[in-house]
Amino acid sequence: MNRLLLTTATFALVASALQAAEIRVLNWQGYGTDQDFAVQAFEKATGHTVVHEYFNSEQETLTKLRTNPGAYDVVLINSSFTPQIVAEGLLAPIDTSKLANFDDLDAAFVNNQGLNGDGNLYGVPWAWGLTSIAVSNSDFDTSPTTIEVLWDPAWAGRVSIRDDAVEAVQIGALATGQDINDIGDLEAVRAKLAALMPSISTYWGSENDWNQFMASGEFAAATYWSGSASRSISKGLDITFVVPDEGAIGWLDGLSIPEASTQKDAAYAFIDWMIDPAFYAVWDKDGAPGTANSAAAAALPNDSFNKAVLGDPAVTAKVQFMQPMSDETREEYLKLWQDLKAAQ
Amino acid sequence: MSGGKSIARTDRLRALALLAPAYLWLTVAIFLPLSAMAFFSVVTDVPFGDTEWHFTIENYTAFFESPTYARLLLKSVLLGVKVTALCVLIGFPCAWVLAKMIRGRSREALFLLVILPFWSNSLVRIFSWAIVLRGNGVLDNFVNAIWPWPVDVNLMFSETAIVIGLVHSYIPYVILTAYLALQAIDDSLIEAARSLGAKWWTILWRIVLPLALPGLIAGAVLVFVPVVGSFMEPRILGGRLGTYYGTVIEDQFVAVFNWPLGAALSFILLAVVLIILAAASPVLRKSQT
Repeated sequence: MNRLLLTTATFALVASALQAAEIRVLNWQGYGTDQDFAVQAFEKATGHTVVHEYFNSEQETLTKLRTNPGAYDVVLINSSFTPQIVAEGLLAPIDTSKLANFDDLDAAFVNNQGLNGDGNLYGVPWAWGLTSIAVSNSDFDTSPTTIEVLWDPAWAGRVSIRDDAVEAVQIGALATGQDINDIGDLEAVRAKLAALMPSISTYWGSENDWNQFMASGEFAAATYWSGSASRSISKGLDITFVVPDEGAIGWLDGLSIPEASTQKDAAYAFIDWMIDPAFYAVWDKDGAPGTANSAAAAALPNDSFNKAVLGDPAVTAKVQFMQPMSDETREEYLKLWQDLKAAQ
Repeated sequence: MSGGKSIARTDRLRALALLAPAYLWLTVAIFLPLSAMAFFSVVTDVPFGDTEWHFTIENYTAFFESPTYARLLLKSVLLGVKVTALCVLIGFPCAWVLAKMIRGRSREALFLLVILPFWSNSLVRIFSWAIVLRGNGVLDNFVNAIWPWPVDVNLMFSETAIVIGLVHSYIPYVILTAYLALQAIDDSLIEAARSLGAKWWTILWRIVLPLALPGLIAGAVLVFVPVVGSFMEPRILGGRLGTYYGTVIEDQFVAVFNWPLGAALSFILLAVVLIILAAASPVLRKSQT
């Protein structure tokens, strides 16, 4: 909390020199930037006001940036989508000197292929996490160690994956021992997923869906996101997040500033606050994804989910991070997934 | 004669003024969105911002290139037939009881029960069914409470669940239209038939059904058309088995942002529904004479 006060005080000093502005943030709903405590502390410290707008898919983000130039000042973009948006000239390069906390960011994330382009950084690495599996503790005495648990006939009718083409194909790639960013044998993935389909009770779409199906016993094992798992566990859902031997899908979200933003200084101030360890310490207690800030990660208590799971070197060694993907590949995966769904 | 002409003109102007709001409303609410969709269905990408786009018929040919869409459309049409048939089979006797066998207060009360589902949001109704139908849900617990042996009643995520949810959502249309048609039947016709010695099934088949058919068919069309395009009910109640033509269209709009393909698929659905209704029109026309 001292750190929080200190940061707030620093903001107050900086802010006095700046004029108050209104910044518009585009993000998923309930994903960190719109936490009440964070927005209030920021507004109090800087005098800027924060207005949020939400999207429901990456495609929607792209559409909103194209159709409303100048409407947003800070945008959350998954690193595998950033190049596509950079290619359309919609993002401004990041001036890292304007971010006091930048030096604490993990170099591996700062150098992420998706966030960088033509020698510039287009997204400040902010949050990361895993797509893996979670199981219900009332069904599993010991946690499974393999992704094959989804294919185990013992759990037929009580497993689930998300209704998302890319995620489904990448889970299939993990299960067939392939590189998720360079799938050589797509037919093997198709066959593996086709074998999984009869066991699936229903697909899940959102964190809320997932929690309800798990709480009512409809799911025994299902794919899940690490950030959501930590949130569900902190709310009392009796589950275990598992990173199987085959590995897990890693994703990295960055905060970007649109080229057309008119409040870039205020946007930098907001992003700097978002990567501040003081912010992350509070967010982590509510169930947050992993942080890209090494100092913030190191400061977590040992019993924190993010330290125990994401901070374990044995886990990170197994993670395959999602890389940017071409439209053709995306469409190919979509077609594969739609055909599988329609064949049911 | 010039006076007569000017009166005709004022009449025409007045008629125009009175009709204008209705036509304006039709233009704004139906014509504009439909033409926007028709436009989207023949372009390569939604023309927002700086995106490159041009006209194409690829969105329509995509339907024929893969058997997936046609198979799903057939699945949806069959679902529509099943749900419509069940709605008619259950709704017609209900309407008969309401129209001919019950009078006064209890009829009002029953009517209220029929219309009540309309007052709640359809999403709420479908989620309520999910709570009832799932394993360890309301139905499962109820059956196990009265049945001497343990049974596993889990209807959730099956076609049965989808049909139950859709029949419940759409049956009021059949009951209301059949009720109006049945109420218009003069009781003395039935009394006359009875006095001539006709049995109840003869009365039903020769008198009541033919007279009530227009209402019944109107109700059936009101059910069939939206059920073929339904997406929310199959997705929530059908789980893995809930992929239908409607859910594929929904995916194009909300999940993958391929509006052109979604629009083209919608127009193909519209065409197929119109063809089915046109094929059925001789029956419809016959019923009205």
